[in-house]
Amino acid sequence: MTKQHENHRDMNFSHTVLKQSGGSTLLGYIGIDTIIEQMRKKTMKTGFDFNIMVVGPSGLGKSTLVNTLFKSQVSRKSAGWSRDEKIPKTVEIKSVSHVIEEGGVKMKLTVVDTPGFGDQINNDNCWEPISKYINEQFEKFLKEEVNITRKKRIPDTRVHCCLYFIPPTGHSLRQLDVEFMKRLSHSVNIIPVIAKSDTMTVEERQEFKQRVRKELEMNGIEFYPQKEFDDDIEDKSDNDKIREMMPFAVVGSDKEYQVNGKRVLGRKTAWGIIEVENPNHCEFAQLRDFLIRSHLQDLKEVTHNIHYETYRAKRLNDNGGLHPITSNDTQESNL
Amino acid sequence: MEDEGEGVRAVPLAGHVGFDSMPDQLVNKSVNRGFCFNILCVGETGLGKSTLMDTLFNTKFEGEPTQHNQPGVTLKSNTYELQESNVRLKLTVVNTVGFGDQINKEDSYKSIVEFIDAQFEAYLQEELKIKRTLHSYHDTRIHACLYFIAPTGHSLKSLDLVTMKKLDSKVNIIPIVAKSDAIAKSELAKFKIKITSELVSNGVQIYQFPTDDESVAEINSTMNSHLPFAVVGSTEEVKIGNKMVKARQYPWGTVQVENENHCDFVKLREMLIRVNMEDLREQTHTRHYELYRRCKLEEMGFKDTDPDSKPFSLQETYEAKRNEFMGELQKKEEEMRQMFVQRVKEKEAELKEAEKELHEKFDRLKKLHQDEKKKLEDKKKSLDDEVNTFKQKKTAAELLQNQAQQAGGSTTLKRDKERKN
Repeated sequence: MTKQHENHRDMNFSHTVLKQSGGSTLLGYIGIDTIIEQMRKKTMKTGFDFNIMVVGPSGLGKSTLVNTLFKSQVSRKSAGWSRDEKIPKTVEIKSVSHVIEEGGVKMKLTVVDTPGFGDQINNDNCWEPISKYINEQFEKFLKEEVNITRKKRIPDTRVHCCLYFIPPTGHSLRQLDVEFMKRLSHSVNIIPVIAKSDTMTVEERQEFKQRVRKELEMNGIEFYPQKEFDDDIEDKSDNDKIREMMPFAVVGSDKEYQVNGKRVLGRKTAWGIIEVENPNHCEFAQLRDFLIRSHLQDLKEVTHNIHYETYRAKRLNDNGGLHPITSNDTQESNL
Repeated sequence: MEDEGEGVRAVPLAGHVGFDSMPDQLVNKSVNRGFCFNILCVGETGLGKSTLMDTLFNTKFEGEPTQHNQPGVTLKSNTYELQESNVRLKLTVVNTVGFGDQINKEDSYKSIVEFIDAQFEAYLQEELKIKRTLHSYHDTRIHACLYFIAPTGHSLKSLDLVTMKKLDSKVNIIPIVAKSDAIAKSELAKFKIKITSELVSNGVQIYQFPTDDESVAEINSTMNSHLPFAVVGSTEEVKIGNKMVKARQYPWGTVQVENENHCDFVKLREMLIRVNMEDLREQTHTRHYELYRRCKLEEMGFKDTDPDSKPFSLQETYEAKRNEFMGELQKKEEEMRQMFVQRVKEKEAELKEAEKELHEKFDRLKKLHQDEKKKLEDKKKSLDDEVNTFKQKKTAAELLQNQAQQAGGSTTLKRDKERKN
């Protein structure tokens, strides 16, 4: 027996309610709430996939941030191109996967890096390789889904979340930022972050954020969590609070220092140590809680139920195939 | 996790990240959506199917028991909304009405198979739509089939074997011995063994409780050996000691439903609901539904091409078929049009013929009429001539008469008169 089940037996267990047209009837305990435990066990066994993409010009600390988020070396830093390596002429897509485990939960984390984005003199259409990559993952999934004999679990390489790094200029969004987010916000969940925010004071930060938010609104860019996908009132109020705080102004670091007797992740400067996980110093902790501790599953669901479905519908419509099978349909009559 | 072992390194975490809340996040989402569970009860009338459902879910679901005079097997389904703490469950109970009541039971299983297939079909249709809403779809596929075996104590009836064989590839079958208080305990063990061996020798695949998860492996494998469950259902309560328990009271004693020494009801409830409900749903989706889908699509003419050939073969095959069908449609349309034109021509020709005939008739009649008229006119003319001649003669005669009267005597008159006569 599971522990939860034992608890039920010992205490006054909850009564089941049968909803009928006249009202509700109280029944004795049946045990259908054990399905939660059953489901939880099942998901622990199968583990999760999560694919996160980082986009932004080089040098903004993308890899460091991801490593800080997941507290492990999941992304290889490209800081300091060696003499032999050149800055890529076009945007490259590099994806690296690792398996991390915590509390019995296994996660296959794939970090998709986009070196070369925004680094050229002429950045026309630099979002195209990224858009292409995202659509390719949708296509892969669609192909698997459409097979006659399907795999028990279709491998999910679709990008669940795209962290877009905004340089901390303090002024406003650049045209490149607007163009990118405008084009991709309909195929992937975009979470804009202000990188290296330790260059701004708290006031400068607030002003910058407000300006950025206004610009995003003016350009009709719906970043994650999108207003239109709020499930219910509770969801909406939770998400409203988050949307008010976005974009998160973050600082990343993988070095630890001693502060007030504790070991903390931080950046050491001549004028003090910036504590990454201190909510007074930067908004890293909020980003982490939002991204990982509360909305991780939701990011996957929005990708699957909305972005993927949009791609699928468009793809099937464009090729004029697999139109909805209605009762008058010809295929039915062939059977 | 299971199949991505190659090339993916595991890295250690340097601190608490927090994604161990993933199962909770997922479970919360599911709880918000609510769950569906659909049970099908197959068994002859009078085996206590409705009572067992009432007992399992602690309520009185339906109305009166059904009669034994149904002409065929129909399936009646009822949906109920149950809520326990924060879990909302849409429970659907489907009953086979009239199963086993007919004299000729050859087709009894057919309506059941059709019903199960219809639920798969509905899901498949939704899955194949362009604009689909799978995540909020009310799943009506049958997750568990309780097969009620009559407590004869001997063996399975041939109807049971045939039906279960037809159903085992479409649904999770859990066989149970109904009204098992009719069998003595010693006979029950033998009966169970007989049933199990008959199922095995006939190749019937019943649902096996899963034993791959260590936390439930032990209990599940024990339960597997107790199949088929011998159950007793009752919604009436009897006072035993100082508690009210569900039981059936006989003059010689009371059968307590929830007493594990009396019957396997508790085991059934445990296995069906409290331990394996999720697995039953998963098996239905990943095994039975996939099998149905594969067969259906292959039937419709789709094929998976080999891995290195064209992408999206399903859609292309479909396109080809659609073009083929459109072509046929067009051909048929052409044919129909041609036939129509042909018919019109024919009718036109007929009408022309008729018209011609009419004209001819008319001409003939006219001519006839004219001839007659001429004849009549001729006759009239000749008659007129005769009349004229007669008148002339009359005038001449009168003249002569007058002359004779003036000149002669009456004798010549008489002689003339005689001559005239």
